Amino acid sequence: MIPPPKLRLLDVTVTFRARHGALVPAIDRLSLDVADREIVSIVGPSGCGKSTLLRLVAGLVRPSSGEIRLDGHVVAEPGADRGMVFQSYTLFPWLTVQGNVEFGPRLRGMPDRHCRDVASRFIEIVGLAGFERAYPKELSGGMMQRVAIARALANDPEVLLMDEPFGALDAQTRVFMQELLLDIWEKTPKTILFVTHDIDEALFLGDRVYVMTARPGRLRDEVVLALPRPRTLEIETSEAFLAAKRRVLAMVREEAQRTTPEPSRLRA
Amino acid sequence: MSLARTGGAIARRRRGPLSEVLRPQEAIPRRTYLRILTTSAAALIAAWCVLTYGRLVAPLFLPSPTAVLATGVAMAQDGTLLQNAQASLLVIVTGWALAVLAGVPVGVLMGSFKAVEALIEPVIDFVRYLPVSALIPLLILYIGIGPAEKIAVIFIGTFFQLVLLVADVAAHVPHEQLDVAYTLGASRSQVIRRVLLPATLPGVMDTLRITMGWAWTYLVVAELVSADRGLGFMILDSMRGLFTDRIFVGLAVIGGLGLCFDLVFKWLHRVLLPWSPKA
Ligand SMILES: Nc1ncnc2c1ncn2[C@@H]1O[C@H](COP(=O)(O)OP(=O)(O)OP(=O)(O)O)[C@@H](O)[C@H]1O
Ligand SMILES: [Mg+2]
Repeated sequence: MIPPPKLRLLDVTVTFRARHGALVPAIDRLSLDVADREIVSIVGPSGCGKSTLLRLVAGLVRPSSGEIRLDGHVVAEPGADRGMVFQSYTLFPWLTVQGNVEFGPRLRGMPDRHCRDVASRFIEIVGLAGFERAYPKELSGGMMQRVAIARALANDPEVLLMDEPFGALDAQTRVFMQELLLDIWEKTPKTILFVTHDIDEALFLGDRVYVMTARPGRLRDEVVLALPRPRTLEIETSEAFLAAKRRVLAMVREEAQRTTPEPSRLRA
Repeated sequence: MSLARTGGAIARRRRGPLSEVLRPQEAIPRRTYLRILTTSAAALIAAWCVLTYGRLVAPLFLPSPTAVLATGVAMAQDGTLLQNAQASLLVIVTGWALAVLAGVPVGVLMGSFKAVEALIEPVIDFVRYLPVSALIPLLILYIGIGPAEKIAVIFIGTFFQLVLLVADVAAHVPHEQLDVAYTLGASRSQVIRRVLLPATLPGVMDTLRITMGWAWTYLVVAELVSADRGLGFMILDSMRGLFTDRIFVGLAVIGGLGLCFDLVFKWLHRVLLPWSPKA
């Protein structure tokens, strides 16, 4: 028997109203099922609606039509069960690293002791031990993003929505964070939607890679990755990985060309 | 971000000292800053000395530094200075504080809720362009010429500007900071108390400093129109007797007090909001 999906997007359309009144379709009749504890990577050209898709699941954007269900219940508003790491820097500048990471537990009125323990655990995990009392203005961009990740994880959501979370990190830290994320996932499995521009990252992390079309975004195709877990960097040279990469790359290229004119035409 | 900035300094080509100092938005050494600052102040005083001791300007128009200093000491000793400064300070602090107590909450509401904005914008946009000085006759008619009238002048002059400035601060709190709080499970009231309000603090602090500066203008205007004490009155009274040196003492005290307030606000900003990018 197939288990019911953890998360189900059914025929979701999102239309924004631009300032001059024109309707801008961002997502067009998109359907997606995500199983419990599955990691789905989402790739697609810039502006195709990836962030909007995550915001839909978070409950921050309402679909114009269609519906989103989590465990069978319609998602109507944001909640602590769906944590999000945003594409831009969203730390609270008035709180220290510690204060930011324990923000969620504190909201729920957890005792001080518990908050502190949870915070120091996740600060340690993202490699920022010793920076507990630093304010965001004293951190580099990559460090801030790691705090944002720790903040989302410390709240222990069932679904983790990650919007290019490692985009600001250098290559080494990025690989380190990818392995870390998988490590955390092995220990406390969560359902993860992971948006990225980096195809290697999408393939390394995901059970499936979901390729979106150019705006308005819908499903172009999905590539299921039958790669063993726990994953190690060696799989990036495996035949299965490379074959999947070729497929995804070809689709992404094609979609990207639909948004940007070909270079030859630009010159003319 | 700050890390990247200092890193860039190393690779930079060596240029002349002037070009080193005149790089947009770049920090300069504290010693260089102080040197420029003292040079500027010294030049101003030197010009004053040349004009007065060199008898290029009559003392009636510009008294010499020593004359102003002597008059200042005398006025401090006979109590005029203290009495007038006290009167002015009482009025300005009361009027300004009332405007802050009323204006900050209204401003935050106006900047955060479109409905509140629509509700009060017509009133505020209208009153804001009325110079307070135009309202003084009306206020005298209503309240009389005592301290209460001056407090009202400062309140009205400050309140409306303050509301608009604070509303702007609140409206510019990054929306994603509110969003992230919602996804961490915050309720609407938690988002307001724990995210929106703290996020506005640096901007509100700046607004307090700026409006305090304006409050001095309104105070002096009010005191010039009608008063029997206060620094503005003191200046007007000195003019009637052609005591230019006393006018200058009055100006120096107003400027000095204004400077003190400014420094106190900057200090408070550093101490109370150490996390603010400006601290
Ligand atoms: N609040 C909004 N109002 C109007 N249009 C919007 C709004 N938010 C997004 N859009 C539009 O919807 C489309 C999708 O935006 P979205 O941010 O989801 O793209 P994205 O795939 O995340 O892009 P990127 O890869 O550059 O982050 C864009 O064309 C954008 O202009
Ligand atoms: Mg995006």
